[in-house]
Amino acid sequence: MTENSNETLTPAPRRSVPLWAQILVWIGLLGLLVILAIGLLRTQQGTIQAGQVVDDFELAFFDGYDYNGQETVNLSDLRGKVVVVNFWASWCKPCEQEAADLEEAWRYYEPTGEVVFLGVDYVDTEPEARSYLAKFEITFPNGADRGTKISQYFRIEGVPETYFIDRQGVLREVQTGPFQSRQDIIEIVDALLAEE
Amino acid sequence: MKQVKKKKFFRSLFFVLLLTAGFSLFAPPSVKVVAQQPTPSDDDVNAIARKLYCPVCENTPLDVCPTQACKQWREEIRLRLAQGWTEEEILQYFVDQYGARVLAEPPRTGLNWLAYIVPPVAFLLGAYILFRAMRSWRALANQPVEAEPPVVEEKDEYVSRLEEELRKRG
Repeated sequence: MTENSNETLTPAPRRSVPLWAQILVWIGLLGLLVILAIGLLRTQQGTIQAGQVVDDFELAFFDGYDYNGQETVNLSDLRGKVVVVNFWASWCKPCEQEAADLEEAWRYYEPTGEVVFLGVDYVDTEPEARSYLAKFEITFPNGADRGTKISQYFRIEGVPETYFIDRQGVLREVQTGPFQSRQDIIEIVDALLAEE
Repeated sequence: MKQVKKKKFFRSLFFVLLLTAGFSLFAPPSVKVVAQQPTPSDDDVNAIARKLYCPVCENTPLDVCPTQACKQWREEIRLRLAQGWTEEEILQYFVDQYGARVLAEPPRTGLNWLAYIVPPVAFLLGAYILFRAMRSWRALANQPVEAEPPVVEEKDEYVSRLEEELRKRG
């Protein structure tokens, strides 16, 4: 009797998960959490901040558009000039509000050669983009954001958005949403031109 | 008399047949008419569109997305199909134009592999942990309740001495 009860009381040997497997699982979980945290941080960062030097990017223009006879432009080629980068799309109604003001501002500065406007067409189809440009008689250099690389770099939150880059290639102003008047644009650009 | 009745019957039958033939001549055709589909059809376009996601409206497949941007993309697909492009060529065109993030299924390269590996691995790991936990719960449930060892009362030293003294006096 006592022998029997002793048998039942003896705990069965438990096989635990090997240590290497436990370490592997924890490393995997931590890795996933890190990736998740980086992704969340990136989405909550917002657009790139004023004061930051803007990295170089290349914009290929639509047929019929050029900058000094070139079909593409690199931001680094424009050092020494004030650069206005405007993100737009043909399906974006607020973009239509500011289209005429941007074009007027461009025509105002074009003869000086000190300011360059770049239109970056975001997630659009070319026929509609070209119709939009023709409708608003846009003449400043415009091209599609191929692979959405430029918009991803600027971390745009929508369209329209406009970025003002000074002569040293530093981002100085960010305009989210449409401009209310041509004067809004001119005030920002004039302030940047006034700097040495 | 019978013959007259027969004649009447055949005559009325003839008239009925004649009337039916007449009506059928003037009646509108009973062919089922359906709305013409544009070429390529919406179904052809949507078969490709459901493999794409527009970056403007994240988490909404292109085939059901109601925005203007997505309508334009669907028209782009229709245009390419009409030009004889294959599905792979069209998907590649969209990747070139807007980046790989527009694909419903991320391409099997680099970190994208995590999207394919992690869910099944996590599922298997979870199933394994659950299996082990259930097995240990079952083992615990089957274990007989441990009998309490009989309590051997140890007499208190003072009580023993007191009892002894009482015995001596008694």
